[in-house]
Amino acid sequence: MAEPEPILRMSGIGKQFPGVRALDGVDLRLLPGEVHALMGENGAGKSTLIKVLTGVHPCDEGTVELAGREVAFAGPLEAQQAGISTVYQEVNLCANLSVAENIFIGREPRRRGRIDFRRMRTRAAELLARLELDVDVAAPLSSCSLAIQQMVAIARAIDVDARVLILDEPTSSLDAGEVEQLFRVMRRLKEEGIAILFVSHFLDQIYEISDRMTILRNGRLVGEYRTSELSQVELVAKMIGKELADLERLHGEARVFDRPLVEARGLGRAGAVEPFSLTIHEGEVVGLAGLLGSGRTEIARLLFGADHATTGEVTVGGTAVSLRTPRTAMAHDIAFCSENRKQDGLIPDLTVRENIILALQATRGWTRPVPREQQDELVGRYVKALRISPPNPDHLVRDLSGGNQQKVLLARWLILEPKLLILDEPTRGIDVGAKTEIQRLVAELSDGGMAVLFISAELEEVLRLSHRVGVLRDRRLVADLPNDDALTTDVLLETIASGGRA
Amino acid sequence: MTPPAMTSGRGALRAVPARYVPVLVTACLFVAMFVAGGVRYEGFAGGQVILNVFVDNAFLLVVAVGMTFVILTGGIDLSVGAVVALSTMISASLMAGPGWPPYLVIPLVLLIGSTLGLVMGYIVHAFDIQPFIVTLAGMFLARGLCYTIGTESIPIEDPTFTAFAQTRIDLFADLWISPSVIVAALAVLAAAYVLHYTRLGRTVYATGGSEQSALLMGLPVGRTKIAVYTISGFCSALGGVLLSFYMLSGYGLHAVGMELDAIAAVVIGGTLLTGGSGFVFGTVLGVLVLGLIQTVITFEGTLSSWWTKIFIGLLLFVFILLQRLFSARRRP
Amino acid sequence: MRRLLWPLAVLAALILLNVAFSPGFLSIQMREGHLYGSLIDILRFGAPLILVSLGMTLVIATGGIDLSVGSVVAISGALACLQISEDASVFTAVVLALGLSVLLGAWNGFLVAGIGIQPIIATLILMVAGRGLAQLITDGQIITVNSPAYKLIGGGYLLTLPFGILLVLVVLGVTAFLTRRLALGMLIESVGGNAEASRLAGIRARGIIVMVYAFAALCAGVAGLMISSNVSSADGNNAGLWIELDAILAVVIGGTSLAGGRFSLGGTVVGALIIQTLTTTIYSVGVPPETTLLFKALVVAAVCLIQSPSFRDKVFRRRGTAAGPRPAAEEKVRVTA
Repeated sequence: MAEPEPILRMSGIGKQFPGVRALDGVDLRLLPGEVHALMGENGAGKSTLIKVLTGVHPCDEGTVELAGREVAFAGPLEAQQAGISTVYQEVNLCANLSVAENIFIGREPRRRGRIDFRRMRTRAAELLARLELDVDVAAPLSSCSLAIQQMVAIARAIDVDARVLILDEPTSSLDAGEVEQLFRVMRRLKEEGIAILFVSHFLDQIYEISDRMTILRNGRLVGEYRTSELSQVELVAKMIGKELADLERLHGEARVFDRPLVEARGLGRAGAVEPFSLTIHEGEVVGLAGLLGSGRTEIARLLFGADHATTGEVTVGGTAVSLRTPRTAMAHDIAFCSENRKQDGLIPDLTVRENIILALQATRGWTRPVPREQQDELVGRYVKALRISPPNPDHLVRDLSGGNQQKVLLARWLILEPKLLILDEPTRGIDVGAKTEIQRLVAELSDGGMAVLFISAELEEVLRLSHRVGVLRDRRLVADLPNDDALTTDVLLETIASGGRA
Repeated sequence: MTPPAMTSGRGALRAVPARYVPVLVTACLFVAMFVAGGVRYEGFAGGQVILNVFVDNAFLLVVAVGMTFVILTGGIDLSVGAVVALSTMISASLMAGPGWPPYLVIPLVLLIGSTLGLVMGYIVHAFDIQPFIVTLAGMFLARGLCYTIGTESIPIEDPTFTAFAQTRIDLFADLWISPSVIVAALAVLAAAYVLHYTRLGRTVYATGGSEQSALLMGLPVGRTKIAVYTISGFCSALGGVLLSFYMLSGYGLHAVGMELDAIAAVVIGGTLLTGGSGFVFGTVLGVLVLGLIQTVITFEGTLSSWWTKIFIGLLLFVFILLQRLFSARRRP
Repeated sequence: MRRLLWPLAVLAALILLNVAFSPGFLSIQMREGHLYGSLIDILRFGAPLILVSLGMTLVIATGGIDLSVGSVVAISGALACLQISEDASVFTAVVLALGLSVLLGAWNGFLVAGIGIQPIIATLILMVAGRGLAQLITDGQIITVNSPAYKLIGGGYLLTLPFGILLVLVVLGVTAFLTRRLALGMLIESVGGNAEASRLAGIRARGIIVMVYAFAALCAGVAGLMISSNVSSADGNNAGLWIELDAILAVVIGGTSLAGGRFSLGGTVVGALIIQTLTTTIYSVGVPPETTLLFKALVVAAVCLIQSPSFRDKVFRRRGTAAGPRPAAEEKVRVTA
């Protein structure tokens, strides 16, 4: 069967941000009537590519052709008018308006200046019927399920004669049934000849719905493949990338861990992570491997009391505890360095010193300030030990580089001397030097008896540091593997790809 | 085979759509107050009591209508009371001093009010400063201008104004209203039409519902924000004109604290202070409830006037609490 | 210190302006063992505003706002005067008034932190109802009291200085101690700077928020005593009218952002003094006093515009591209480097 002409062709796309090459020579082509998956880990350049396509960012190199004509959009609106519509992960609609209005607002049918609600409703109902949806179009959007809202967003997107529909992680907050509804709509649109660019972190979904995929890694094109011709293991390997050199493990001899520190039994949170059981022993580093959105962070947050578990129980040192708030977790000597430094970690307006002693101060309450000498001693020690630069504790944290901000956050928790330290992507976005330092530090800490839950997208790093590796896929803990000689990145890839069924 | 349930969800199952609930609560409250008043006081149950509430609060109603626009976008306008006072002051001084005719004075006053609103809206939009602070500055400015014109009350003796103030429009069966009530009613109808049947109105709701989404949907959010402050400025000026009919004077201390009454009326009328949900009709009910509280306190005789404020505060509390519960439940 | 620079410059300019118009402005004389002079007057008349602004600073630093302080000023003065007029001791009256103020503040804090109502709305309730409460306490009358001991708070002298100034110094000292010597200030700034990160660092944000609103109300209560004592009477309707707006203004002029986070007590005091001096200046320069509000409006507009990043961008740099989404993208991209 001959391939049809691509409706959209991006070639040699390059994008430079200050100091970083975000995209380098990336090609992407979308064929009419196909679902095309855009794959890649965090920072691979997926969102930058979509933003270049829709005109949010101007592109520095390369060309974009729509139906054979070269185009350059000044913004999402222009792109939409040309037939390229985007539906984002967060439903960007107004929940307080009716379904019909959400589809038509800004271009409502009017009669003598007055909005013609009757015609609007009829047209909305027609449009939704085209998607095989039976929704009361006069009802407020807030009364609809998230899946329906998502599809209303799609309806809005395709009403303007869309030829290309970009779905940016539309499924991440949908349950299985809702995903099925969405897929039915996508197949329907496919039949109508619309080209769909689909971004999702769920491998099963990719394999169920997509015809073709483009894989990016570190801003470069890995390749374009037919979904049917690429196995899941190959896909994961291509996304994560594998360095050929065998890395030495940081932990020399195997140790025996027989003193359980934190045990989770059937712990879970509806909509975030399915019930899991996990035991972390004293002095043990447990790695969590899995793709972005697989539930890694959710497990960490449950163990720290940042979110409430809906099922299951946790014991610390043998006694059942209720981790209702971060404070209670801290009282049980659990510490958590969050993945999102900016949002959930640092207070940008405060100094390095204040950010480091913040958690210690919180445990003491405001009436007992950490004495200045102790502050100087602690802060000085960790600024030196972690080589925080600039080494001035009165610098504002907002002015530090990402790696140094990460170290400040790490220092905040280390001075509490926790028994369990949860590190969510501690090495993400920081330079190689700082990365090795942090890895070495983790090894030292565990040798000193601290338990560490280590989350990272890089399998090598997980293997290098962990005594045991939990593997996550699609919000489920699918395997709990001892890190012996038999465990390699290949085995991990296989487990992630197969979901432990192999 | 039927596809899995594709209904529009839980809201439609209930008899009353959730967005009408706050207005209905206010309506019930109003009816209950009216019935209780009718049982308790002689001469209360007549229709004229309600009409008097309109007569005495026509200016507040107009101002609250403008405030409704602003609050629906999620903003707030503290300058309304001051703009009302400024309008009475400008009208009175222009007619008393240079002896301008009313048909020049009134359009000029409306223009000044709208311009003040326009400037405030522009600053809110263009420089991303909280509406609270911008309209606070506008409030200082307008009151300051009042005192610059004069610190004393200026009587209005213009025949047109006095005629307007004294005219009674007889309805049926001894019931009457003042011309101001008709102006206020027209303002309400116009506002309802704009909010529900024009793009501007729907964009007001969209902006209040989610400014981010409205921007991504390509709606003219900035222009809409400027428009609502302009409308509020216009309504305040119109309210000022009505107040000068009612008071027959211009005074810098007129309408002190009216911004609070207007906000209270809007909130009690069921409009969410975070924006995006509410109706002009609810605001009418809110003004009616406020007016009826005053009437009840007058009829009671032994209750002092400050109970009005306490009751309004209590009502505010109850309604804000309701809103809070309402919006907490709506979140997925 | 650099943040204090330009509020101080404005204050200095205002004072210079005064000196230019009335050369004796800076002179301070000793009369009957009391200090007299224009500067002393500014401090004395500005004392209630400084107090209210101090409390407001902490509230704003947590990312909140308190509209009800004016009403609390009225309630506190009303209760104290009522007690004294009913022959209670001044001590009892003061304790009762301040106790009620703290209670009202805690109520605000509960609405904000406990129920999660937006601060501006939560405090609006007490702003409206509080005036009624104050009048309820005074029964709509202006209660006049004749108590030399009570008069001391707002109108008396101690150690040659007006008592009010000393009271301000004490409250300022206590606030500075609590926030800067103890750790309260850092925790407040942390909550205002990033509420979610503070929660994850184990800070009890709710307790702090309730405390801060209670403190703001306590300050307002003291200011209420001062105002009513100065005129030896309580006026439920007019005492402290619009003081919340002046206080917010003082805080903003003092360099504390309305978005919360870093706060400056010194800046707030300077801000309050600027407002008070502005009033004095208008008298001494000979501008009709009616126009005070016009000047205030100009000052508010200027201060807010200068503090607005998008204003500075538009006026001083004129960059075409939106700066907003860019850093996020950079951050994401840096991952690969």
